[in-house]
Amino acid sequence: MTLLEIQDLHVGVDSREIIRGLDLMVNAGEVHAIMGPNGSGKSTLSHVIAGKPGYEVTGGQILFRGEDLLEMEPNERAAKGVFLAFQYPVEIPGVTAMNFLRTALNAQRKARGRGELSTPEFLKKIREVAGSLNITRDMLKRGVNVGFSGGEKKRNEVLQMALFEPSLCILDEIDSGLDIDALRIVASGINGLRSPERAMIVITHYQRLLHYIVPDYVHVMSKGRVVKSGGKELALELEACGYAQFETAA
Amino acid sequence: MVAVQETVERVRRIDVDQYRYGFETQIESDKAPKGLSEDTVRFISAKKNEPAWMLEWRLEAYRRWLTMTEPTWARVDYPKIDYQDIYYYAAPKPKKTLSSIDEIDPEILKTYEKLGIPLREVAILEGVEPPPGGEQTPNRKIAVDAVFDSVSVATTFQKELKAAGVIFMPISEAIREHPDLVQKYLGTVVPTSDNYFATLNSAVFSDGSFVYVPPGVRCPMELSTYFRINERNTGQLERTLIIADKGSYVSYLEGCTAPQRDENQLHAAVVELVTLDDAEIKYSTVQNWYPGNSEGKGGIYNFVTKRGDCRGKNSKISWTQVETGSAITWKYPSCILRGDNSSGEFYSIAISNGFQQVDSGTKMIHLGKNTSSWIISKGIAAGKSQNTYRGLVSAHRKATGARNYTACDSLLIGDKCGAHTVPYVEAKNSSATFEHEATTSKISEDVLFYCLQRGLSEQQAIGLVVNGFAKDVLQKLPMEFAAEAQKLISISLEGSVG
Repeated sequence: MTLLEIQDLHVGVDSREIIRGLDLMVNAGEVHAIMGPNGSGKSTLSHVIAGKPGYEVTGGQILFRGEDLLEMEPNERAAKGVFLAFQYPVEIPGVTAMNFLRTALNAQRKARGRGELSTPEFLKKIREVAGSLNITRDMLKRGVNVGFSGGEKKRNEVLQMALFEPSLCILDEIDSGLDIDALRIVASGINGLRSPERAMIVITHYQRLLHYIVPDYVHVMSKGRVVKSGGKELALELEACGYAQFETAA
Repeated sequence: MVAVQETVERVRRIDVDQYRYGFETQIESDKAPKGLSEDTVRFISAKKNEPAWMLEWRLEAYRRWLTMTEPTWARVDYPKIDYQDIYYYAAPKPKKTLSSIDEIDPEILKTYEKLGIPLREVAILEGVEPPPGGEQTPNRKIAVDAVFDSVSVATTFQKELKAAGVIFMPISEAIREHPDLVQKYLGTVVPTSDNYFATLNSAVFSDGSFVYVPPGVRCPMELSTYFRINERNTGQLERTLIIADKGSYVSYLEGCTAPQRDENQLHAAVVELVTLDDAEIKYSTVQNWYPGNSEGKGGIYNFVTKRGDCRGKNSKISWTQVETGSAITWKYPSCILRGDNSSGEFYSIAISNGFQQVDSGTKMIHLGKNTSSWIISKGIAAGKSQNTYRGLVSAHRKATGARNYTACDSLLIGDKCGAHTVPYVEAKNSSATFEHEATTSKISEDVLFYCLQRGLSEQQAIGLVVNGFAKDVLQKLPMEFAAEAQKLISISLEGSVG
């Protein structure tokens, strides 16, 4: 089933065009990696799919299960099952991670027409997912991401992904700032969430991450377009030859 | 914080511009002639059957007031107030003399019911979520004194308090029944000549609460006064006097609401607190006077003088306030740390939205040795409002070892509001240690987007972030008030973005 369909997308910021005619089709159960040099538009793409303000879509469309995603508010997109794991998760002082997660989960459940979870139900659920990601109860009692290390912040993103059970996960440089041990934990958390109903878009600079999260498809972005698509072996080719060969192609 | 969830639901149901407490109660009232004169003062004093000394005291204040001018130093802007165009006394017309709460005008009882304030003693407040680590006391009782326009209409749990020796009654009754205590303390913390609004209050105050806690007594329940302005063109000038005698403790809550009206109404209260040796008063306010509409029309002018005197050694006064209402707030709950080793605290959340103007803060006056004070102020400005923290910390020559810690944090929502911090510090004793920290931050788009991406609505996101910002102060509130305050914060910030 086609989950996400992007057709001839054009996006600008302050009248500068960042994405210039991008097409992408993602089916349920697939993992797509998007690679490319700095400034190629990878993060912009993830922001536009999730609905971050400040971008102007000047052309094309994004359909999610056939619905026009660009017409929806960010929280409506979240409730429909679009999840973005942030490259730089924000800190929210004074709001415990536990409280934040519960409020958000219940907001999503409500929007999906399901009842709110009771406190014991919620605690049970959070214990299940937190354990596998090595997230301590102490972390959940602290302010959202406040004083978290880079690794802890990224683990917290994966925790939310597991909790909200989205159907499309966009991972924006989930590997940045992670040492090898943290990367293993994060990657195994993500792999555990792969399922036939769920698709993932993994955005990264480096092939390194793709050793741990093996994609079905790899797309190379340059100057706001997908310039090459292929299977997982394309990532290895990139590692060997770099992005330079594609820069000219764009 | 389940409260936030409920808040958002509630916010969704109400229209923008709608103040929850904006209803008006239709009752007949008995008013003083409009305007201010010696006759008005005499009228009020006579209405209250006051002794001669009280009338003299009022008249002296009135004559003093005539010589004074309205202060202009605060960062607030409002048209000139015509003090002759205000009623200084309005009382619900009693059908007969009341002997029990059942004889109160049912309209008034209904008003308090709508406000969620139980005046019937059978109504015991359900304990809300206990603070983290705090123990839950089931069926906690709160004694309530309800002030409707200019008079106190009911005071609950009188018998139980009496058994403990605690006096809690309308100040108008205390003047008649406990003249010795009132005469000994009234005006000793805020003198009649203190400032323009306090002097006005001294001349024409109509009612308010009086509390006396005898030596060694820990008041068996929270005491609370709810103020409600109902009448049109009426000023509410209430006076509260709380005395904690040696080694005693009392926690006092104050709440305020008013109907929604196009004209501005004056609220000029005076609160005096006195703690003797080893005594403690905890005074909490949730101020939610009508703030005016989204175009800045109407709303209460809140010009209030609140001051506590730590008169005895090792005594303590703590002010906690959540200020969300009023068109204009001019309010500086202060502590005079006179007794050696006494301490003062000021915890404040001041929220302004729409066209509200807040100029609020505290004064900590260190006079005794080894006195200490804490100030935690959280200002939240949204809409087109202006929010100023103004504070004074001073150590006098004999205040050896005085210590103060001040933290003023401001949070801006949107880009049309302003936050200002004006701290004054004076140290005349070289051993004083004063620390001051201040921050100003904005709810960033990144934080909002992060919350929205997780499925929260914008309103939920702001409620969550602001409650997090104000958490240190919210935790200081008695638990009955904490949940209500959280909701109030979110409601006050409704429509603050965009």
